[in-house]
Amino acid sequence: MAIFINKQTRVLVQGMTGSEGTKHTARMLKYGTNIVGGVTPGKGGQSVEIEGNTLPVFNTVAEAVAATGANASVVFVPPKFAKAAVMDAIDAALPLCVVITEGIPVHDSAAFYAHAVAKGTTRLIGPNCPGLISPGLSNIGIIPGDITGPGRIGLVSKSGTLTYQMMYELRDFGFSTAVGIGGDPIIGTTHIDCLKAFQDDPDTDAIVMIGEIGGDAEERAAAFISEYVTKPVVGYVAGFTAPEGKTMGHAGAIVSGSSGTAEGKKVALESAGVKVGKTPSETAALMRALLKG
Amino acid sequence: MDLFEYQARDLFEEHNIPVLAGAVASTPEAAEAAAAKMGGKVVVKAQVKVGGRGKAGGVKLAQDAKDAREKAQEILGMDIKGHTVHQVMIAQAAPIAEEYYMAILLDRANRNFLVMASVAGGMEIEEVAHTQPEKLARIGIDPNVGISQEKALEIVRAGQFPADITKDVADVLLKLWAAFVAEDATLMEINPLVKTDDGRIVALDGKVTLDDNAAFRHPTHETLIDHASANPLEAAAKEKNLNYVKLDGEVGIIGNGAGLVMSTLDVVAYAGEKYGVKPANFLDIGGGASAQVMADGLSIILGDPDVRSVFVNVFGGITACDAVANGIVQALEMLGSKATKPIVVRLDGNNVIEGRKILKDAAHPLVQQLDTMDGAAAKAAELAAK
Repeated sequence: MAIFINKQTRVLVQGMTGSEGTKHTARMLKYGTNIVGGVTPGKGGQSVEIEGNTLPVFNTVAEAVAATGANASVVFVPPKFAKAAVMDAIDAALPLCVVITEGIPVHDSAAFYAHAVAKGTTRLIGPNCPGLISPGLSNIGIIPGDITGPGRIGLVSKSGTLTYQMMYELRDFGFSTAVGIGGDPIIGTTHIDCLKAFQDDPDTDAIVMIGEIGGDAEERAAAFISEYVTKPVVGYVAGFTAPEGKTMGHAGAIVSGSSGTAEGKKVALESAGVKVGKTPSETAALMRALLKG
Repeated sequence: MDLFEYQARDLFEEHNIPVLAGAVASTPEAAEAAAAKMGGKVVVKAQVKVGGRGKAGGVKLAQDAKDAREKAQEILGMDIKGHTVHQVMIAQAAPIAEEYYMAILLDRANRNFLVMASVAGGMEIEEVAHTQPEKLARIGIDPNVGISQEKALEIVRAGQFPADITKDVADVLLKLWAAFVAEDATLMEINPLVKTDDGRIVALDGKVTLDDNAAFRHPTHETLIDHASANPLEAAAKEKNLNYVKLDGEVGIIGNGAGLVMSTLDVVAYAGEKYGVKPANFLDIGGGASAQVMADGLSIILGDPDVRSVFVNVFGGITACDAVANGIVQALEMLGSKATKPIVVRLDGNNVIEGRKILKDAAHPLVQQLDTMDGAAAKAAELAAK
């Protein structure tokens, strides 16, 4: 087992006919992800050949679901059209929609997040995220599939490349699922959602949580860990040495005043019993010690 | 992008939010001319994107146009918390009866928008929230529903505004919401919102932050970018669409993904303690960076006179390591003899074997490869110390 996705997950690629969509569809198929079709408004009825598979293209998610029984989608649609694509998935009551697209205006993400909450039938992951992988079962998004294999560690991270780095550091243990939740100001699935799912997953023994400066998501996750999570959690927060008041790329990675600093997040996590590393390698060493302990 | 006060004022005016006459000036002469045109008393206000300018002497009342010129002379060029004043705003002076507060902002914790409104303005709103929370209305807004006339009245009443101005204040709130949506803002704050002696409700000062991600649907937002205050390296990076922030150390940093780059800054800062060196910049070449992007990034960093060594830290995801390696080789070819600083490279992930081989075969005298992030950071810090 794993969280959110498994071997049976039937995946649609929204924006499959675009260059990014085609490239990553090929990668996901190679990995063994069960891709059942694509959605591109205006191109319904066509089909595309990718990695020896003939994949049907639909105009809407609802049509695609009716024809293929899809229960998840991954969105590679450019920022301009991303809102319409995600709304389409929510309207079709698709259980999972993973939004890879970077650069979506926050008014658009706010709108589709509110719509998803109102309907209550779609879990959104992202936007601006690398997706998620349950090694050996399914890979939805852009996480390199060859870093490591199946194991019993769960990972949740705001940052894509730090997810890869941590998977690499702990490649000899492997992972149940690694989820990149994205660094945008509004994201569909939070650290807390993933912590809860990992706690409830019988195939996850320990959890790595990676945060970043800015906002208070890590502090709220710490409070949640105190009251709900009994599995061991190791944490890492990037940005200990970042100067205050500078925006460091991610919309989320902003430090203002005393709130949102790496030190503040570390203190909050440690008070919830989480061991926090100062670097990725130190964090991996903490997990290593814990699992061998 | 944060706007200057005068830009916020102009934007409010475009959206029919009541404001006083105002004009921006970058010389004392222009300030005098603007004040003369306005007539009467004016306020001369430093235009800096930082709070506390009043206390720093950046806001002065002028009796007439000639006085405005003198006040502008005093304020222009002033340093306020590290920000040089390049412009002043000349604003009509108004007799103020009362000061209020109103703001709409993105609420990350609740993942929606938040309206805050209070009859208690004119002081730090954090202070009001702390000591008189009942006077600060905080009401979440569903982005798909917005603010109706009814909702606006409810918010204004919750902010404890007097009954005789409830309708006028609600009207301002509706216009502010319309502006917030139309301009793709993440913050629009009016502080203070005032009632003048003659009973008008006016936005006296404003803070606006616009969403850079929405720039594609706002071609006019480009004109609001502040080129004068930008660091020249940051400006050059922006032109190349690079995510670059200048810092005050000696080790140039390039990486892919904001999280990994921030982590790289940390690892270099720790390694640098021993040698008294720190990261010189933040540069994220992004998830899908091409060879050209790597070349652009490397040339910006090598052009920074503070940089003594460079650390390229890439975990290949979408950007495969061979593309990164080709980018480094191409950049060094382009730069030729201008490249004089040692470059430490750590590659891992997608196509790492090909990437490492490309760099090994190129055998550039400035480039050395290390296998781990910690090891490479230590090497880059050591090289910067020499």
